[in-house]
Amino acid sequence: MSHDGPFYQRDRDWHSPAFTPGYKTSILRSPQRALLSIENTLSEMTGPVFGRDILGPRDNDLITNFGGTGEAIGQRLIVYGRVLDENGRGLPGVLVEFWQANAGGRYRHHKEGYRAALDPNFGGCGRAITDQDGGYHFRTIKPGAYPWPNRVNDWRPAHIHFSIFGEAFAQRLITQMYFEGDPMIWQCPIVGTIPSREAIETLVAALDRQATTHMDALAYKFDIVLRGRRQTMFENKLEGH
Amino acid sequence: MVQPLKRRKESPSQTAGPYVHIGTNPNWVEITGVWQGDLGLDLVAPEAKGERILVKGRVFDGADQPLTDALIEIWQADAAGLYNSPQDKRGQADPHFVGWGRQPTDARTGEFRFETLKPGRVPFPDGRLMAPHITVWVVARGINIGLHTRLYFGDEEKANAEDPVLLRIEHRARVKTLVAPRSEEQGLPCYTFDIHLQGPDETVFFDI
Ligand SMILES: [Fe+3]
Repeated sequence: MSHDGPFYQRDRDWHSPAFTPGYKTSILRSPQRALLSIENTLSEMTGPVFGRDILGPRDNDLITNFGGTGEAIGQRLIVYGRVLDENGRGLPGVLVEFWQANAGGRYRHHKEGYRAALDPNFGGCGRAITDQDGGYHFRTIKPGAYPWPNRVNDWRPAHIHFSIFGEAFAQRLITQMYFEGDPMIWQCPIVGTIPSREAIETLVAALDRQATTHMDALAYKFDIVLRGRRQTMFENKLEGH
Repeated sequence: MVQPLKRRKESPSQTAGPYVHIGTNPNWVEITGVWQGDLGLDLVAPEAKGERILVKGRVFDGADQPLTDALIEIWQADAAGLYNSPQDKRGQADPHFVGWGRQPTDARTGEFRFETLKPGRVPFPDGRLMAPHITVWVVARGINIGLHTRLYFGDEEKANAEDPVLLRIEHRARVKTLVAPRSEEQGLPCYTFDIHLQGPDETVFFDI
């Protein structure tokens, strides 16, 4: 039984709608017309593949990949997990990119307006390619919460941004990871664009005390689920396939 | 109660935010030295077969202001209509053409720009040929889930008229939002694809 048919329809009620006025920037950036629904074509069922040759040895170590010799300041973390599809199959060879603020909550970016100090040894980006089981891991420091211009006193909970490719362009996804037990998750207008608590909880990484490294790093487990494909065994095969 | 269907739910999308380029184009935002060169800037190797073209455009918000903090990705077939992906089982695509590109919109003008190839035609599931097209994906601050659309070519009137996807658009006046007019720049055909997130010219976005 192979899952190589079209992708399951995306559940638009599970995802945030486009227009979410509590997140003010969405007001003028949200399409208002109905999306055009089309069945998957080869244009969506294919996607780019990245070879391991693009990776440097420290691409998945945000503690050291920016500083020349120094290490980033902050609570040291291992973040690990798997990239799966909706059928529960691990997706190998998938490029995962991540970026985050430093331990004080500040991004290394010219548009950043928060007063927290820059860390000279922290750039804030990393990437990995999943292994045979869809596994990935990286080392970083825990990002700080930060204020942002929305309502006057809105703060983002600590989070890491993720960009994931999958095997096909239909699976392309950008999302964010949050940390277990953080009360600020439930106060955030960007988190709040997601309609259900159940869906939000799938973005909260679990503290995993069994995966910590001795006198070094805490560990959080974060699995990412991409769209799955239908099995083709009962599908009518059309000519030209 | 009934037996449960054991399927997982897709991870909910979250906005790429204002600092997406730290993760996707770190060198462009002056985070240099982590890795050499940002991905997706060069699509075409000198040996690649096909007609060289430029694709450019801007992304406008509901107040007609161009987004200066967006990220655009494109995905397309090679000149023979094959995708450079293991998921395309029809044949071997041109190894000198990646087919995937990624560019930030310019921090001042909001313009994005790709040097690529004119793609060949790819079949729709029922076997009819689609018109040449490029898949375009837009993410930015304020966009909660990435927007999929397609660029079709202004000089492919005949193929566009029979394209199975364009034929699905009920409001025919909106077809033109997917068709990029052709001009010339640097001696190359240049197709301008402006994307409107809202308003009377709102681009047709896809649920695929
Ligand atoms: Fe952030």
